[in-house]
This record gives sequence, C-alpha cells and structure tokens, in this order.
Amino acid sequence: MKPVKKDYIRPLDFKHGRIDMGHGAGGRSSAQLIEEVFLAAFDNDCLRQGNDGAVFAPPPLPPGARLVMATDGHVVSPLFFPGGDVGCLSVHGTVNDVAMSGATPLYLTASFILEEGFALADLKRIVDSMAQAAREAGVPVITGDTKVVERGKGDGVFISTTGLGVVAPGVDIAGSNARLGDVILLSGTIGEHGVAVLSQRESLEFETTIESDTAALHTLVAAMLQAAPGGVRVLRDPTRGGLATTLNEIARQSRAGMLLDEAAIPVLPQVDAACELLGLDPLYIANEGKLIAVCAPEAAEAVLAAMRDHPLGQAAARIGVVTEDAHHFVQMTTRFGGRRVVDWLSGEQLPRIC
Amino acid sequence: MKYIDEFRDGDIARKIADRLAQEARPERAYSFMEFCGGHTHAISRYGIADLLPANVRMVHGPGCPVCVLPIGRIDMAIALALEHGAIVCTYGDTLRVPASGGLSLIKAKARGGDIRMVYSAADALEIARQNPAREVVFFAIGFETTTPPTALAVRDAHRAGLANFSVLCCHVLTPAAITHILESPEVRQYGTVPLDGFVGPAHVSIVIGFAPYVQFAIDYQKPVVIAGFEPLDVMQAILMLVRQINEGRAEVENEFSRAVTREGNRNAQALVAEIFERRETFEWRGLGEVASSALKIRPAYAPFDAERRFNLAYRPVADNKACECGAILRGVKKPTDCKIFGTVCTPENPVGSCMVSSEGACAAHYSYGRFRDIPVVVEAA
Repeated sequence: MKPVKKDYIRPLDFKHGRIDMGHGAGGRSSAQLIEEVFLAAFDNDCLRQGNDGAVFAPPPLPPGARLVMATDGHVVSPLFFPGGDVGCLSVHGTVNDVAMSGATPLYLTASFILEEGFALADLKRIVDSMAQAAREAGVPVITGDTKVVERGKGDGVFISTTGLGVVAPGVDIAGSNARLGDVILLSGTIGEHGVAVLSQRESLEFETTIESDTAALHTLVAAMLQAAPGGVRVLRDPTRGGLATTLNEIARQSRAGMLLDEAAIPVLPQVDAACELLGLDPLYIANEGKLIAVCAPEAAEAVLAAMRDHPLGQAAARIGVVTEDAHHFVQMTTRFGGRRVVDWLSGEQLPRIC
Repeated sequence: MKYIDEFRDGDIARKIADRLAQEARPERAYSFMEFCGGHTHAISRYGIADLLPANVRMVHGPGCPVCVLPIGRIDMAIALALEHGAIVCTYGDTLRVPASGGLSLIKAKARGGDIRMVYSAADALEIARQNPAREVVFFAIGFETTTPPTALAVRDAHRAGLANFSVLCCHVLTPAAITHILESPEVRQYGTVPLDGFVGPAHVSIVIGFAPYVQFAIDYQKPVVIAGFEPLDVMQAILMLVRQINEGRAEVENEFSRAVTREGNRNAQALVAEIFERRETFEWRGLGEVASSALKIRPAYAPFDAERRFNLAYRPVADNKACECGAILRGVKKPTDCKIFGTVCTPENPVGSCMVSSEGACAAHYSYGRFRDIPVVVEAA
C-alpha cells in the first residue's frame, strides 16, 4: 500500500503574486492567505484559535470602569506615503479614537477589503506595518475578516479597524465638557499628515521632506491624565477637517465659543510653504498623531508640562480659551492683529486623506 | 516662507493702521472698492477691517472669477459632460457653482459625468494626450491672469495636432467690468454706491500692466492703487488711496511695484492676442450683458473652440429671485443685506455664486467675518 502523501500547498508568491477572487472565496486559498499573511504578522493566542470570533476574558475591571468601542475605516490614497502607510494608519487611527475617551486601548479587530489584482508584496508590506504598529502600541489584533472585490470595484485595499478600551473610574472625557474659561492645548505642529499624503498624489507630486505624523497617542493621553486628575475635560484628535473642524465640533457639543491665538498655533515652515503653494489652510489639514485637549484653567500648566515631557508632545502649546458664545463660533486673533471666524470646513478640501 | 511672512507682519500692520487713523479725516467718509476677490479674501482672512478707521469702508467688487460666471455657462459645461460624454476639466472652485435644475459640476460628476479638477490648463492638455479616444474640454474661466495659460494650451494643442482637445472659453476682461461699474446708475446718478477709489488688481495687472487704468482715473476722477494680495499690500494701498483723496489727486499708483510694470507682460499679451479675440458682448452674473468684456477663440483656432466643435448655443438663465449676488457684485448691497445669506445660502449649499468661492464676498464674510455683530465674552483668567 502506498503511503498517503502529505498535503502540500505551494507558499504564496510574495514577489509576483496577486490577489485573485479565490482569496476571498473562503476555500483553501483564503485559509492560506490568512495563515501566511495575517496570522504570520499578527500572531497571538486569540487569532491562533482560528474561530469565527475571538473569545477572551476581559482584564479585571475596577468598579466604575467603563468600556469604550471605536471603529474607523481607512481608504487613504496613495496607500504608501512619507512617514507611513494605510496599515499603521489603521492601527493608530482606531487606537487614538479609543484613547480620546481617556481610555486604555486593549484590543483591535481588522477587516480587509482587497481588490482583485492587488500585489501580495504590497499587502504583506501593509500588514507587516500594521502588525508592527499594533505591537508598538501594545494592542493586539485579535480577530479579523478578509473579502475580495473584482478589479475596479475597490482601490487596492480598504481597512476597517475596531478598538476596545477601558476608561478608569472617575475619568470623564467628552466633547460636551468644555466650559467658559477653559484652556485649549494642542500637542504639536499641524498639517503634516495631509501634506505628506498630498505630496504623493498623481496630479500633484511635489518633493518635500514632510512626513506624516501618524502615531498612537494613548501613552500621551495616559501621561496627561496622570498629571492632572480630573483636569482634562475634552480630548480629540484633529484628523479629517483638521484643527479648525475639530474645534468647531467641540464648540458645538459644549455649546460654547472659542478664541484662538494664531501666533500660538505651531506649524512647520515646510507645511506652511506647501499650503501657501497649494492654496490650502493648515488649520483644515488632517493630522494623525496630534490631539487637542480642553483643560480646566488650574490644570492647564501641569497638563502642558506632561505633554512636553512626552516624545509625541514636545511642541505642545496653549492655543486659546473657551468663550461664551451663543453662536458657538470659533474665532481667532490673526497674526496680523485682526479677528476672524475659523469656520467648519466646507466642501471637500482633500478627499481620501485617511 | 521668506518673501511671504514679511508681507504679513502684524507690527508693520499696526504702524500703517496708526497712520491711517491719523490721516483719514474724521469729517468725511472714504469708500473704496477692492476689485479683486483675492483682495476680498485677504481683507476677511486677516481681519483687515478691524484695523481700519470706522470711516474707511471697503466695498467688495466683482473680481471673483467664478462669481461672475452666469448659470448658462455652467449649464454648457455640464451638457458637455452629460450629453456629449466629454471629459470636462476645470479649476476647483468652478465645481460647486450652482447651475440649472439643481445641478452643479460636482453633482453632474456624481451622476456619471467625467468631470475632473485640474490645477492648470496644461494638466487638461495632458489628460487629452492620455485619452486620445475621448473628447477633452477645458472649461476655461477667469480674468487676464488665467488667460495666458489657456492661450498656451491652445497653441500647444495646435502645434501638436491634438484632435481631441478643446476649450470652453469664458475668460473675461477687467477694464470692461470696472468701466461698467463706474457707468452704472447706482454710481453715476443715484450715488447709492459712493465710490471714492479702487484698490486695483494684483495678478491681472502683472499681465496687462497699469497703463489700462490711467484713462479711468482721468475720465472718472477716481484714484486707483494697484496692490498685491498680501495683507500689508492692501493696508498700504488703502493708505495711498486716503492720501490721494486728501490731496485731491486721482491718479494710478502702483503699490505692487515688485511685480507690476506699466506695460505688463508683453509676451503674454501677444500670445493672448494670437489665440483670442473680443466677444461683442458677454453676460456676467450681476452685471448683465457687458459689451466687449470677454474673449473667444479666433477662427484660425476654431477646432479648439468647444462652442463651435459641439455646436453649443448659450441660453441665459435667470438667477434665483431671492439671491442678491447681482447687487452684491456691483457693490450696491452687502452680503448681510441678502435675506437668504447664512440661512438658505451657505458655503455647503450655495444658492448664489458669491457663496461658492472663498474669493466671493458672501463666502468670505460667512467664513471669516460673520461674528462681527456678536461680542465675545472671555472670562478673565
């Protein structure tokens, strides 16, 4: 009797291979893709169980602790840009959304929509970058999903991630918490992410040294909360729509106004110059590694000092105050000495930036 | 940002503001029109109105390229995309200008029209090269500043024998518009629009020079100061206008001497003259039909003229009745005089063209200046 031959599957060709419809059909090649790309990169106990969902025991929660969930889709174009790619962006984006509730992020899930014909080499690069970002943040990807759409129905890869985190008892961070006289802090220079992505766009392509600021901000948040317990009232990361739009959101939620000092808002000279050239305003450009904090006036100094002590907050600055304003206007004293409204972003300044 | 920041220096601005406060005579009012949207934008964005004495008032002029485009012209571009299947390329601001039937170019794009935003006429030409099987039309708008690049694209297409490229030419002329405003009954007869002088165009003047304004200054006895688009340029120009009025002069002065000469850019002028000729008349939004105020492509370049190529006829379309863009463009009304300003008409849902571009008087006031009626309360820390 002939011995039964051992199963053999030819490994994925990461040099020339491409995604085909079979990779999304749920058969052997789906399993192989999961094994050789996703499991290899994200490797952890939950994923290795190979179940449809991740089953896990939550960490012991002290009384009064609450859970936070946040979800975020990532459709950035191009997929690779100076300072990052859609992979690490999809981890940072969701970790930050969880962290902006003052939470410690615990777990991530990831859903991939792949386009037929997408190069496996690019996929591997993206997934590896994602896994590295997750490891650095200390937040594992514990379950996921992969689908494939026909050529022309997607744009390489779209990644949706969901994060779960826990808020310590007594921490109360919300967009509606800003009060008259509160101080507005910003963790660093604005506009790098948007300009870095834009610099790679087919129709624009300009040479620049600007890199995306994409980063996970949860350790910065932890340091700030520790520096002044109860002093931080609002946290938000100014992504799409930039600083201007995010401040308007907070003003509306808190039913307050804001007065900014243009000269205090840090912008790299390269970003300023690129915006000048393209007719853009840095206030409206997306960031992926910055946060805005609205603090009680007596806590502001301590929070600002904690931010400046953290590697991601070295250029932190006090940029304005919360005012009383029935119209919830965000206003700004210009460097020129006049005053103006800093309005919501209207229309689409830059599509598909994150 | 060297060469730019120095034109945005707050300390110098305050010095000019002090001068203005000293020199503007309290017993009279000064009313100046900034013709260009670029100036309107600078005045609003930098809060220049806060630095002017109360008796110096700026009236926003019609020099915003998308604001003066009548609905009928946008309809033509939409028809090219939706009915003729052409790739229509245009500048970003044009995409959101309201057209007939609740459409705009951006809405026509959502309905399947192949409409693309470009940064220059050369980009449109490149799209034509890359899509030889498709008709590619550049929807060309703007004053004298954007005309030479369009002329260059037509000349290059002609030289390269490009058979699928054409231009829907809606280029308009600044001097004709200024004359039209000065001749308007509101300015000449009724005096409802007091106009003591003009902050003259910046980039337009780089192309046409400042000689074309000399005749207005003499004929209408109105001073003109050509000014750059940086906030200090505008402040300085206003000071120069106040001085001319105080001294009884009505001259053309050039604040923007780092870029503008008397003759302008002769090469650009020659190129424009080679490709374009004047239309007998052209409808402007707000100003109506203005004789000799726009350009069309010369017969020698007829294959590149989209109007001829696709046999397009211009059909005038009335503006929304509640919209005051017309009066605002002529300086007769302020944005806040319009009933639908900030309610029905906002940058998200513009009814009139002045709410579309950041250079438009309504959008500039809405985006930067509408807090002015409302005082800010800051609790003393």
